Amino acid sequence: MSVELEVFVGNNTMMDEDVYQLWLDGYAVNDAVRLRMEAGELRDCDVSTDVVLSDTMDQFRTFQMCEKLLHSPSKLANQLLFQIPPQKQAMMIERYYQFDRPFAREVLGKKLSKGMKKDLDDISSKTGILVKSCRRQFDNFKRVFKVVEELQGPLVDNVQRHFLVSDSLAKDYAAIVFFANSRFETGKRKLQYLSFQDFAFCAGQLISYWTVGAVDKMMEDIDVDLEKEFLHNLKDLKVLINNKDMLDQHKSLVCAQLRGRIKVFSEMDANFKNLSRALVNIAANLTHNKDVRDLFIDLVEKFIEPCKSDKWPVGDLRLFLTHYTSTAHMLETFRYKPIWDRYMGVIKSCVLKMYHD
Amino acid sequence: MPGKLKAKIVAGRHLPVMDRASDLTDAFVEVKFGNTTFKTDVYPKSLNPQWNSGWFKFEVDDEDLQDEPLQITVLDHDTYSANDAIGKVYIDIDPLLCSEAATVISGWLPIYDTIHGIRGEINVLVKVDLFNDLNRFRQSSCGVKFFCTTSIPRCYRAVMVHGFVEELVVNEDPEYQWIDRIRTPRASNEARQRLISLMSGELQRKIGLKVLEMGGNAVVGYLQCFDLEGESGIVVRAIGTACTLEKLTNPPSNAQHTANSSPSKDIREPVFGEECPCNPLSSGPSTPLRAPAFSFSPSKSYSRQSSSSDTDISLTPKTGMGSGGSAGKEAGPLKTLLRQQTQTALEQREFPFFTLSSFPPGFLSHVGGVVSARSVKLLDRIHNPDEPETRDAWWEELRQEIKSHAKALGCHAVVGYSESTSICEEVCILSAAGTAAVLNCRFLQESCQDTLTEHRLSRQLPLFPSGSDKVEFDLGSSASLGCEDLAPPGCGFCHIPYDELNMPFPAQLSYCCCCRRAKVPDVLFTTIDLPTEATITGKGCLIQARLCRLKKKGQGEANATCISSLLPFMEYELHTQLLNKLKLRGMNALFGLRIQISVGENMLVGLASATGVYLSALPSPGGIQIAGKNPGDLSYEQHVSNMQRKINDTITKNRDIYQINPPEVVEEVIGSPIPEPRQRSRLFRSQSESSDELSELDLSHGKKDAFVLEIDDTDAVEDIHCLLTDAPTPPGFFSCNTEIMPGIHNWTSGLQMFTSVRVFRLSNANLTNQGLNKIFNELCENLLKSLYFKLRSMVPCCLCHLNFAVAVPEDELIQVAVTAVAMSFHKDQIQDSNKSGEDRTAMKVITEDQLQFPMELSAETTPAQLLSAAKNSGPSDCSTSGLARAPSVDYSSFADRCSTWIEQLRLRAHTIRRGSIKTTSSLERGSPLPDGRSRSLRSTRSFHGSSVAVVKMTPLSFIPGAKIIKYLGIINMFFIRETTSLREEGGVSGFLHTFIAEVFAMVRAHVAALGGNAVVSYSMKECVFMENPNKNQAQCLINVSGDAVIFTRETDLETSSTQLQAANPQSNEDTPA
Repeated sequence: MSVELEVFVGNNTMMDEDVYQLWLDGYAVNDAVRLRMEAGELRDCDVSTDVVLSDTMDQFRTFQMCEKLLHSPSKLANQLLFQIPPQKQAMMIERYYQFDRPFAREVLGKKLSKGMKKDLDDISSKTGILVKSCRRQFDNFKRVFKVVEELQGPLVDNVQRHFLVSDSLAKDYAAIVFFANSRFETGKRKLQYLSFQDFAFCAGQLISYWTVGAVDKMMEDIDVDLEKEFLHNLKDLKVLINNKDMLDQHKSLVCAQLRGRIKVFSEMDANFKNLSRALVNIAANLTHNKDVRDLFIDLVEKFIEPCKSDKWPVGDLRLFLTHYTSTAHMLETFRYKPIWDRYMGVIKSCVLKMYHD
Repeated sequence: MPGKLKAKIVAGRHLPVMDRASDLTDAFVEVKFGNTTFKTDVYPKSLNPQWNSGWFKFEVDDEDLQDEPLQITVLDHDTYSANDAIGKVYIDIDPLLCSEAATVISGWLPIYDTIHGIRGEINVLVKVDLFNDLNRFRQSSCGVKFFCTTSIPRCYRAVMVHGFVEELVVNEDPEYQWIDRIRTPRASNEARQRLISLMSGELQRKIGLKVLEMGGNAVVGYLQCFDLEGESGIVVRAIGTACTLEKLTNPPSNAQHTANSSPSKDIREPVFGEECPCNPLSSGPSTPLRAPAFSFSPSKSYSRQSSSSDTDISLTPKTGMGSGGSAGKEAGPLKTLLRQQTQTALEQREFPFFTLSSFPPGFLSHVGGVVSARSVKLLDRIHNPDEPETRDAWWEELRQEIKSHAKALGCHAVVGYSESTSICEEVCILSAAGTAAVLNCRFLQESCQDTLTEHRLSRQLPLFPSGSDKVEFDLGSSASLGCEDLAPPGCGFCHIPYDELNMPFPAQLSYCCCCRRAKVPDVLFTTIDLPTEATITGKGCLIQARLCRLKKKGQGEANATCISSLLPFMEYELHTQLLNKLKLRGMNALFGLRIQISVGENMLVGLASATGVYLSALPSPGGIQIAGKNPGDLSYEQHVSNMQRKINDTITKNRDIYQINPPEVVEEVIGSPIPEPRQRSRLFRSQSESSDELSELDLSHGKKDAFVLEIDDTDAVEDIHCLLTDAPTPPGFFSCNTEIMPGIHNWTSGLQMFTSVRVFRLSNANLTNQGLNKIFNELCENLLKSLYFKLRSMVPCCLCHLNFAVAVPEDELIQVAVTAVAMSFHKDQIQDSNKSGEDRTAMKVITEDQLQFPMELSAETTPAQLLSAAKNSGPSDCSTSGLARAPSVDYSSFADRCSTWIEQLRLRAHTIRRGSIKTTSSLERGSPLPDGRSRSLRSTRSFHGSSVAVVKMTPLSFIPGAKIIKYLGIINMFFIRETTSLREEGGVSGFLHTFIAEVFAMVRAHVAALGGNAVVSYSMKECVFMENPNKNQAQCLINVSGDAVIFTRETDLETSSTQLQAANPQSNEDTPA
């Protein structure tokens, strides 16, 4: 004796947000039922497992049927199959495209190809996120990447327009797309301490200041690539370390500004040339794709770690970077001030973001 | 050549990928009507083609217009092989043939394929130009309006109710034709869909002709069903009530509550206002009626009962169900009576039946009780399977039986009438049921003259209900009429129509608790909705009786005999269960009773659903007494008393839940000597024991009407158990199977229509009746529980119009399908709903107005003249009302404007695309949004770009808090879905889930295309599900119907009613909760 078939269909599609979350989290029906029964929510309803099971099945089925539409969210508003109020549609889309940051951290900078899929199992066991959910998140990344990859215009706007997600979520996706496109190295052991948010912030900075779109909003070029010309021009900054006079002058200007204002003055004084060399070398090498990919590991190894070993407080670091950037303007023979500012602005905020334990 | 049908194919969207190589589709469209086919150009390589065709014109007879659907096929062009079909859209153009309904069909319709389901959408525009005077062509019946609603539709009033219309057409089932062996399942399904669509059209046209003959202009309560008889064919049959309707044209000030669709709290009109003599026109109940129209003299009454008829050649068990009394048994046809026909106008009709279930106050004079008849037929015995004669004769027979049952109850009419079938292999059970009633003939055609004169009389003397008249009446009617004059209305219909000295069945009568002047039965069962004027105490609730009976597998005649011998017992037991459950809830009347008996290979399943209420006019039901059989046993007695206590507790609890606190009636002090010996109703488990235990069992428990349940075997124990195990509805929930819940009035606009289907497999081969009952009972209970759970967010809420349908699709399967609507209401006002007088009166005003008709006019004119009068006044009325749109002449030009507007839009979209083609080539692929718009949308994440209008669906005839301003026509759709990849589609549940969602979507899309924003009186007539999991196959057939309407929110009404145009119903749409 068994229930062969059990369905409930409403004229307005019914969905429970909690059940939706369970589905998104990749739970199988039975686990979802167990979790629902355990959750306090149903305790006062006095319902049997059967009832919850059938309800869960119905909703999971509905979600499955909606999933196709969620893949191109603008269809959800135009389709006729489900009558869903607009605010519910927005909720569904937003939640569907939300992702777990630990998962995103793992995938960040990797090529979003099919080969990744077998790695999903590893990520799942590492992060504790169910494989099904990992797959959804990964497929979302891939889908968004594929759609916006070749679109012109601002990346965040493109994501938002095509996937109808919120502003903050669109920014996160922009970061993911950006990282995947430029294939930044994020997996090295030394970078493990950095969270998704750290990288997302850096990506935001890079997108805002180092891409073509950053200079000319009307340019019909792609937002996901760094501006080649800019990267090429960065070579010119080498003068800051190659010209001995300029290096000394720069150092004395910075020291003058910071004397008595930072705790690690003596360390700074001793290390100035190394630090400056590190930053300028990173800039000068960005013409090579390989070095672009290694941007973050370079920043950590060549700049952040030395500072950390000298126990620079973050406030001192901020002051240093501020004055390190601004004093270059006082160097009479330094002609590349706009490029310098564009470079250091991003480096400064990225370094500060990445400067933690 | 009276009609020109025009169709335009605008665009498609979300088409499936038909060419794997390019991931695109080269789509074109075939438009077919009758034998004429047109094609659009191929729109290459796009999933969102823009055909933007010119008008395809079909010049056709209006007969064909009624019968044929417009068939639109979307195909994928293939240069080298045959073109692949993507899917089809069938458009019923009937709504366009009636000047008062829709004028244009325009919008996105889902492209449907019977194997793949919905595959994208197509935007079409369809119009009809009718040339000639419609009524000159007798073969067609264009212009007759059809309504599924089983009451007078809102915004209309009934000038005349003509009566019963029925028709039946038969055809060979394509699935059983020889060609089916060689054609694809898709072709076979499509042939079937098309055939049923054709047959429905033909049926509707034929019924329309009958209505025109009767002088009517509309069919209300139109109930169409189809029977898949298998080898012997497909039968499509319909019944309805012919009426002459007239659009309400009230002054705006009045309009708000006349057509008000819901008894919302803002319409507290003067309480009992219509009773005051200054308003004599609307005083339905207070009009004294002349006797000859429908009196029943005692001499003619029912001195004898014949328990069964002698016409058993056709294996017809004649079971009738009288429900005035507590005993289920009741007289069969009384042939003597047929001969003694009274001169009542009604009785001159062949079948004085009405498919309506709610009536204006005063329409029902008395209600006798439920009458039902069933008969078992063998389909392989039909001599001429392709001709309708045999089936016509079957139904005729059944209707005669119903008529005679009604007569036995002293009634001349049957209201709330419906017919149904259950088929298993070659056996078919035909059922008919209704409520015997005495009608106030003021509303009926033939008797109009009589009543009208009477009416004038009464208008002259409104204050003096003439006592002298009454002398002529016989006892029964005089009492009731007197009551109608003096007592508060609302009890009159409860008074017995039959003669108490010669009752057709044993029943316990007492004086009416409201007026104390007429006799009422102790319980009343009816198939109709609770009359608006009825006074009730507390709230109502859903009551169900469920029953399974095993039967041997059999063949042919033996099988039929077996079934027909089981039927009476099933009816009896269902009745007993209903009665017990009713008592347990402390109630005394059932409304909306629907008894369904379905036949399977090895079992019969019976399900009776009704809404129980406490009618204030009827006596308070006594408790239930349990009597043990062997009183010697001590432990046994303890057991009995335990059970007794439980029952008593439940009754008390239920009275509390349903707020049944009737005023303490001082029993019989008012000195009405009741001559009859007081009979105790009793139920006997086995009939053999009944005779000798009669006297012993008369345990006087003080209360006069204690109800005795006798425990003499395990059966009874089971029954009591099942009585007590009915789970109470969770707090905050109410449920009923009638239109609205008696006692709840302050609805919010929160509304959720749903369909739930369950199929249960009985794997245990040797089941007993009890075991089976228990399973079935649990199945229904669990289904209800799961509904309550799902809808818990709507609390406080009432599940209205809970319509259960059971079927036994295969050997060991039981299928239950439920369609209902959950409506939430304001909690804070539940308390005062107890004395719900005001609201109900408001309702009453509404319906009252609908049936008011100008006496002076109808007295002199013939119905035909009336019809034309109504027609002539139609357009001008519209324009004066201010609510309706421009006169009909303008419709076509409006539609033209509409289409040109659309064209312009397309053109613009086109140029934009061309202008930006260089830059957007990549965008086009990724984005389904119109390209021109994408830039502007960039920062506004709006969903307002959505072109999908919200369409509400409800099985009720109204939408709470809203006013229906226009009926656009009937929706009657039939779909088949089949799959050969059941597992891949999520198993049987996934398959059916998708299909039901698709059906909803298609109904909504068609309503929206007609310009509507809701479907009322929606019902799922049929849901036939077949599966073969081993072959990974399943098939399902669904038939749905309803009325497409435009409604406006009451709050919008004041501000925007004048500007309101039917063309933009979306402006008033609300977002569902």
